[in-house]
Amino acid sequence: MNKTGLVISREYFSRVKKKSFLITTIVVPLVIVAFYAAIIAISISGSNSSKSFAIIDDAGIFATTPESKSGELKFTLIKNETESSFVKKYKDAGYDALVYIPQMHIDTPKNMVIHSPSTVSLSTSSRLESMINAAIEDKRLLAYGIDPLKYKQIQSNVSLTNKIDTEEGSKDSSAGVAFAVSFVCGLLIYMMMLIYGTMVMRGVMEEKTNRIAEVIVSSVKPFQLMMGKIIGIGLVGLTQFAVWIIIFLLMQLAIPFIFPDLLTQMNAATSIDESSKTAAIAGIMQSLSALPLFKIFGLFIFYFIGGYLTYASLFAAIGSVVSDDQNDAQQLIFPVMMPIILGFVILTRAINDPNSSLAVFGSLFPLTSPIVMMGRVTFDIPVWELLASMALLVGCFFFLTWLTAKIYRTGILMYGKKPSWKEMLKWAFRKA
Amino acid sequence: MNILEVKNLQKQFATQKAVNNISFHIEKGSIFGLLGPNGAGKTTLLRMITGIFYPDNGEILFNGKKFDPLNDIAYIGYMPEERGLYKKMKIGDQVLYLARLKNLSKTEAMQKIKHWFEKFEMQSWWDKKVEDLSKGMSQKLQFVTTVLHEPQLIILDEPFSGLDPVNANLIKDEIFNLAKRGCTIIFSTHRMEQVEEICDKIILVNKGEKILDGAVHQVKQDFKENLFRIDVDGAHHIDTSRAPFEILKNQDGHLLIKKTENTSSNEILKYFINENKLIHGFQEVLPSLNDIFIKLVEGTTKARQFQPQNESPL
Repeated sequence: MNKTGLVISREYFSRVKKKSFLITTIVVPLVIVAFYAAIIAISISGSNSSKSFAIIDDAGIFATTPESKSGELKFTLIKNETESSFVKKYKDAGYDALVYIPQMHIDTPKNMVIHSPSTVSLSTSSRLESMINAAIEDKRLLAYGIDPLKYKQIQSNVSLTNKIDTEEGSKDSSAGVAFAVSFVCGLLIYMMMLIYGTMVMRGVMEEKTNRIAEVIVSSVKPFQLMMGKIIGIGLVGLTQFAVWIIIFLLMQLAIPFIFPDLLTQMNAATSIDESSKTAAIAGIMQSLSALPLFKIFGLFIFYFIGGYLTYASLFAAIGSVVSDDQNDAQQLIFPVMMPIILGFVILTRAINDPNSSLAVFGSLFPLTSPIVMMGRVTFDIPVWELLASMALLVGCFFFLTWLTAKIYRTGILMYGKKPSWKEMLKWAFRKA
Repeated sequence: MNILEVKNLQKQFATQKAVNNISFHIEKGSIFGLLGPNGAGKTTLLRMITGIFYPDNGEILFNGKKFDPLNDIAYIGYMPEERGLYKKMKIGDQVLYLARLKNLSKTEAMQKIKHWFEKFEMQSWWDKKVEDLSKGMSQKLQFVTTVLHEPQLIILDEPFSGLDPVNANLIKDEIFNLAKRGCTIIFSTHRMEQVEEICDKIILVNKGEKILDGAVHQVKQDFKENLFRIDVDGAHHIDTSRAPFEILKNQDGHLLIKKTENTSSNEILKYFINENKLIHGFQEVLPSLNDIFIKLVEGTTKARQFQPQNESPL
């Protein structure tokens, strides 16, 4: 194995084997997902077992005994009882709750009550409400002389399909999903550049403060050491990505087993009409499949690697010129962080208006392009822009690495005072 | 045969000449002392010899051929003054890593690590981390990592700093052992008593320039000031008006005298014999390297940074 390879494997394994890596990679996402799942589950739970309700319908809105769609709620219409008399008996009679609908005019429904020994869950109560609403609406339709069945046939639910006309023909747009995919990709690259960039910086600082830099550079060239570190940590990043993707996929498979009735409950809780909900899901799936997923994934990997490499060399140079002082590092990080943050700001604009001149500039300028371009990939970008952006990024990477390697080479062997910007520039442009 | 030849080496940093036109050569199997006050350019010189810096001018020959850092550093072991190890890494993994960076294969490296760990009784350290070691222990470990790949040229920059006498002796014996087996050792320090004890040849560098070059005993001869120490009875009543020397110090019959020019030491003895004094002892006093060092660099601005350390760990 050559020396850069040795450095890479040390940088990689010394991090991957650490407990903190296992924790951040596996435990943290699990905890986050489990946390949200628990919140959702708790908020809609309470009707896990089937429940029976007694209904006293003084207003006469139910012509027949209502039935719930999922069959979890059982209703019984109680005749010949009043609210005050049955309130004392419903528990003994085997009902979980008593719904009382007083006499009223169907134009002004009010004063409906549900009696229960403990709080009725949000989902149950919203299901009951939508059931009563449906019954009242049917009554009103009849009052206007409209057949409820006819009315359902009359109702319409349309969605607009955006066709994008290009020279190659017209295609379906998928604005909403595209928006989300773009944003998530850009955000991930933004986060990864910051997280792994600073990891490179801390690694270099560690070598300097531990005074091992000179020992190592008497065996390998400083450039090999720097690239080994950058590539090793980049691989750690990719590993983390891969693990997250696997966890995410496993979770998706596992959720229905852990919370078998999560989806049905969500249906009821949001009271979306079944057909429109499936239509929405189908729409999302269709939009997703309409997106050039392979292209997006490929570009994501390219821009992640390109962006990471470009910034990692800058962070390595910063790490090499500061010694132990975190404050010194903070001062130097700031100018490097600025374009990253700027990129993120342009990303939010680029998603809304992917062909604005700001977005085009941001996706070509190599210090912001990894983030901004991800905001535009789900939209159609002229091929030349994509190629130019990629070429600029690669060129920028080579230029910055060439520059920072020289700062790094001098910096890791200097102890004491932090050099000034002027000195660093002198190091950078000095002939080797 | 010279393992290393340095010819007119120059290295300039922004404002100053760190190394200015230095030449010297080192014979194979010798122990070579590189001396100089702090900031004299020793580290810069060593960094050029180890391929970390490129010289601005001049030439380095390694084993008679032009020094090729890429390949030749495998034959060099360098323990810099600013040294350390990865604190959080297991000691065994770390030594293996450093050995493999010197082009050893894994099995080869493991064999050698085993040999050295046994020798220094460090077997139990394998799974420990450097941060668990004392300073002396990590120094020992550092020495092992420097010599593990059996380099032809070993460069030690202040190897004894931080070591207790026992461990310092251990390392010193090892240095002699390595030299006996044909290793060449460059020993950079400003601890003169160690140099006198260990080195065959020295150069003295000050302000980036070589100001002295030679074998240790020769240097001492060159700088001798015709001083002699003589122990005689009745030293209080010596008439020195016609004597071929002057008395610098007289302590109960232990005299420190300075010979006048163009006389021989025999004349001094003859004088005392003629005076009928009983001589118990007579010895030439050679300057210590410490004296020579201070004499040569004193008065230069850099010399002020230099403080000779008196307590010896050896």
